[in-house]
Amino acid sequence: MLRRLLIAPRSALGVLLVTITLFAGAFGPALSPYGPNEPDFAATLSPPSATHWLGTDDLGRDTLSRILSGARVSLLVGVVSVAAGLLLGGPIGLVAGYAGGWTDSVLMRCMDVLLAFPGLLLALGITAVLGASLVNTVIAIAAVNLPVLARVARGQAMSVRSREYITAERALGFGSATILWRCVLPNTASPILVQASLLLASSIITEAYLSFLGLGVQPPTPSWGNMLHDAIGFLDQAVWLAWFPGIAIFITVLGFNLLGDALRDQLDPHD
Amino acid sequence: MRVIGSRLLSLLPVLFGLCLLSFALLALVPGDPVTAMLGMEADPAAVATLRAKFALDQPLPVRFIAWFGHVLIGDLGRSIQTGRPVTATVLTALVPTLQLGLAALVVSLCIAIPAGIIAAARRNSAADMAVSIMALTGLSLPSFWLGILLIVALSIRLPLLPSSGYVPVLTDPLEALRHIILPALTLGAGMAAATMRMTRAAMLDVLSMDYIRTARAKGLSRRRVVWRHALRNALLPVVTLVGLQLGQLLGGVVITESVFAWPGIGKLTVDAIFARDYPVVQGAILVTATLFVLTNLATDLLYTVLDPRLRVRR
Repeated sequence: MLRRLLIAPRSALGVLLVTITLFAGAFGPALSPYGPNEPDFAATLSPPSATHWLGTDDLGRDTLSRILSGARVSLLVGVVSVAAGLLLGGPIGLVAGYAGGWTDSVLMRCMDVLLAFPGLLLALGITAVLGASLVNTVIAIAAVNLPVLARVARGQAMSVRSREYITAERALGFGSATILWRCVLPNTASPILVQASLLLASSIITEAYLSFLGLGVQPPTPSWGNMLHDAIGFLDQAVWLAWFPGIAIFITVLGFNLLGDALRDQLDPHD
Repeated sequence: MRVIGSRLLSLLPVLFGLCLLSFALLALVPGDPVTAMLGMEADPAAVATLRAKFALDQPLPVRFIAWFGHVLIGDLGRSIQTGRPVTATVLTALVPTLQLGLAALVVSLCIAIPAGIIAAARRNSAADMAVSIMALTGLSLPSFWLGILLIVALSIRLPLLPSSGYVPVLTDPLEALRHIILPALTLGAGMAAATMRMTRAAMLDVLSMDYIRTARAKGLSRRRVVWRHALRNALLPVVTLVGLQLGQLLGGVVITESVFAWPGIGKLTVDAIFARDYPVVQGAILVTATLFVLTNLATDLLYTVLDPRLRVRR
């Protein structure tokens, strides 16, 4: 499958961009020339140069080092919030779709209530209650992802529950839990995982939005969103502070969008 | 009418759930919400007064029933910060938000529909490629970054437009227009990207249909077939998408309004969160989510009205 992904130019670009981001997240902090919070008061607001490739901020902190540290934060929040949404939403959707009837109605009405909030607003409401921090940002974004993944899982479970192999398992006397685990899950996993991969991009953007508003990752921990928030005050003297974190978000989100589209085409040709 | 009735009925549990969750926002604030609002060193008498005012000494179900009763008659409580009724505060903030949403919609449709049509009519051409790249870029571009770039380009480097603020249309229409251009471009660009993709895909579907071939065979020009015959049918899925985007826009305005200091419901929500003005947070979220649900319902119903085949199926 990787070979097929690498042949098409769009998906190959997606793989390349995601690889760059993953590399930056994994090794960036080790490779970065300075510490993300290491101030250099002799070089505040200096433009990109040989010593500071992407310039420095008002405290003389190296923008490149902060962007590389921010990559880890963005990826961490994106992956963990999607995984948490998947671990909670997947089973809810599978049980609702397989069981049908009242179980389905009750579970899905709860999901409908979560879906009734625009995603960012729900995340804002949750961080307002829990307070702004890295962990609470993950919880807020996971709550946004949960009903989306539950809906997809439910749709898939509904489409397989009347298939012959499920009826056969039932006739053999297997319980619902066994059938869900052994038959429903493996046959519905691909579309659910495709949706999860598409949610990675939106989760990374939501984290950036929350941090930009001051309700996500808190300083001094660098995140692309809070770096852009800080850049607003220096647009007339240090525009690079706004350029580079934005480019980092754009490249990452573009990569995950391209890869998600390609995965959907590969794994879910019926869609 | 039966379809509308049943859809409205199915909405009731969702709206009730919205109220329950919005109430839980205030109820779940860790510790005492009054201490959270007034601070740890607040005067005990003031804390006691506020606790009594919010009925915080009552059990949760009792508080919810009382609060829900007030919500049903449009009373969302009073702002801690200003003392004004939350309903009036939220409705006042809705006006700039609706203006911005409408302007963003106009920007989005003016870019997306012609671009999508041209891309489909000239499939695999340079124009098609350009539209696809624009759409993908628009979908991946964080709106607040685009807003910042527009401020740098059109407010700082070339001081043509104001970078922030709001002027009511009735006070000074020209200044109002100048103030709304940058936020509307920021908000409209993301919407345009998705609409562009949808218009192109829908036009390609329609252009491959038999009646289009017939129209061409009877001698109509390509331009006439595209704009008069294909467009009308291709716009059906676009209408749905635009309707859903209008709902999503209610979430998107939070960021755009914060970047451009636009005094709408999004900025109100964020400001209230920082001020720990929980009744306003609660009211703004409840009103926004209700509008979101109603917009989605209206889109659903509009689609049924526009496509008679759906009515027959139902």
